[in-house]
Amino acid sequence: MTNKIWAYIDQFKGEALPSSWETIGAGLTLAESLGGGVTAVVFGENIKGVAEEAFQYGADEVIVADDPTLGDYRAEAYTTLLAKLAADSAPDVILFPTTTRGREVSGMAAVDLNTGVLVDVTALEVVDGVVVATRPIYAGKLLAKVQCSAKPQLITLRGRAFAKPVEDATRSGTPITVPAALTEDEISVKVVDYATVSGGVSLADAAVIVSGGRGVSNNPKLTPPGDLDEAGQEIWKAQQGFKLVGDLAAALGGAVGASRAAVDAGYIPYSNQVGQTGKVVAPDMYVACGISGAIQHLAGMRTSKMIVAINKDPDAPIFKLARFGVVGDLFEILPPLVEAMKARLGK
Amino acid sequence: MNIVVCVKQVPDSAAQLSVEGGQISWGEAPLVINPWDEYAVEAALQKAKDLGGSVTVLSMGKESETEALKHALAMGCNEAVLVSDPALAGSDNVAAARVLAAAIAKVDDVGLVFFGKQAIDSDTGTLPAQVARVLGWPALTLVSAIDELNADGIKVERAIEEGRQVVQSGLPAVVSVIKDYGEPRYPSFMGIRKAARATIPVWALGELGIEAPSPVVAWPEVMAPPQREIATEIITGGSPAEIAATLADKIMAEKVL
Ligand SMILES: Cc1cc2nc3c(=O)[nH]c(=O)nc-3n(C[C@H](O)[C@H](O)[C@H](O)COP(=O)(O)OP(=O)(O)OC[C@H]3O[C@@H](n4cnc5c(N)ncnc54)[C@H](O)[C@@H]3O)c2cc1C
Ligand SMILES: Nc1ncnc2c1ncn2[C@@H]1O[C@H](COP(=O)(O)O)[C@@H](O)[C@H]1O
Repeated sequence: MTNKIWAYIDQFKGEALPSSWETIGAGLTLAESLGGGVTAVVFGENIKGVAEEAFQYGADEVIVADDPTLGDYRAEAYTTLLAKLAADSAPDVILFPTTTRGREVSGMAAVDLNTGVLVDVTALEVVDGVVVATRPIYAGKLLAKVQCSAKPQLITLRGRAFAKPVEDATRSGTPITVPAALTEDEISVKVVDYATVSGGVSLADAAVIVSGGRGVSNNPKLTPPGDLDEAGQEIWKAQQGFKLVGDLAAALGGAVGASRAAVDAGYIPYSNQVGQTGKVVAPDMYVACGISGAIQHLAGMRTSKMIVAINKDPDAPIFKLARFGVVGDLFEILPPLVEAMKARLGK
Repeated sequence: MNIVVCVKQVPDSAAQLSVEGGQISWGEAPLVINPWDEYAVEAALQKAKDLGGSVTVLSMGKESETEALKHALAMGCNEAVLVSDPALAGSDNVAAARVLAAAIAKVDDVGLVFFGKQAIDSDTGTLPAQVARVLGWPALTLVSAIDELNADGIKVERAIEEGRQVVQSGLPAVVSVIKDYGEPRYPSFMGIRKAARATIPVWALGELGIEAPSPVVAWPEVMAPPQREIATEIITGGSPAEIAATLADKIMAEKVL
């Protein structure tokens, strides 16, 4: 464990979250200035496949703790082990993906290791041998340079802000296996159950996001089933609108997002909300349908590479950020757009 | 069993921010309670009612900044405490965690500490887990529902990337609450009057019996994000099908897909 740069691989039931590989890519770039290679760290149960993939994504060393007590992620068990390994081997930098688990483990390990954590970083540079990170604050309205004077410097990387390394199937290696740090009796949190949402592309990893706002419920031509009350009718209408949004997302291999107004009105679950109090996303393309572009919504998607807006109101603020806009009714534009995109993408 | 809820005071989410001479300015916009923390206050008030304990709202900040505490008092919290000391200026999140943990340890018979998910100014979202780590208590973060709670333990649902996870632990424990928990109540008229009259005790480091933890994270520079020059092109002309076809061609030509 001689490398000074470590990459923490976040996995769930034996599958790495895609943004984990970006930590290896960013680590390899840092290694060009700081020397050495990148050591990937994987904790879990039955994670041999993840370790193999870590080599393929460019890690020159992989530390694996494969143990039943690590099968379900528990912050205590993961943090204690990571802090112990880091205290023993003294890496300079540990990179994490900014996933729910990555954020938590890095924050807690910072306490154990008496260091600091730089969260949700979008750029890294090395200045006089020290890593300086850039991170958005105030929901991206400002940027801050941050650095940590203690070691290891713990840094979580925003998903999709760093390129994923190209997988090289010919690379392989033998992982270094380490035991868990706590026994089951020493872990105070027990996992009782999961309700996993299956399938679909997650907002954080999506290259394309198609989002719907309050406008998706606004199609006077639709006639909802008569037995619904007023609120039920509105939701029914919105669901027809979100079906069109979903069709476009599916045609583009993307995920479905929403404004807070759509979430608050009960059209779609909160997990789809984009914005200051939802998810912050930066896809290659963001299509906003029936979304006005309130500052809190823009905070969640303004760094998307290309924004497309479909809105009835020519003065909607969303158009200011859009590369392409259509002033019109989303119910009229979306169906032919789905077909046109499918045709061009050869689907 | 008593409950502590930690809240932060932040500029309003609609504030127009700028950087003036390296300092962040939010113009005339008011400071408000961090919106995520209202959900935490709501959860704390509900659970205190079930368990029959009192709720202390805690904030670390400048001596003049009590708006968030007053809001929480107006919602129904029993006590408020401001942790403030000139030596805490420039604290990083680990330092803040150590200070808040020391303050929580000073409150009698604490069984649960509630947090919001994340502060909308610094956007770090690590403090709940870090405070739990300092205290050595279980960290139950991103909680959308509390299924069971009694003197022996707590069972909650947490939001993770993959869906929901149901976990349980003993008490005391630290819980961070997300929006799915349920809408926070509005302050009552009586509550607002009570909060306006309240004198909020200030605990300095001396009262907490700790030294100022030395921060290791520095923010050498804050800047406005680079202005993106976006040439917006509005697609017009023809039937919806024609507009859609033009838009599709233009999207393909940008080569981002
Ligand atoms: C503390 C705080 C946090 C917040 N956090 C968030 C957040 O995280 N995310 C978020 O999104 N918002 C957030 N908001 C809310 C935000 O201020 C706006 O209220 C919200 O984004 C509006 O959503 P909307 O654009 O869908 O609705 P509206 O503003 O009502 O806009 C609907 C748009 O749809 C258009 N339209 C209507 N019918 C059609 C049609 N048939 N075809 C095409 N266009 C149509 C209209 O022209 C209009 O522009 C927050 C607010 C606060 C105070
Ligand atoms: N200065 C503070 N005083 C009290 N609680 C805070 C403070 N800062 C953050 N918190 C709490 O910690 C949560 C997460 O904050 P953060 O980790 O800074 O994003 C917030 O939602 C608050 O509940």
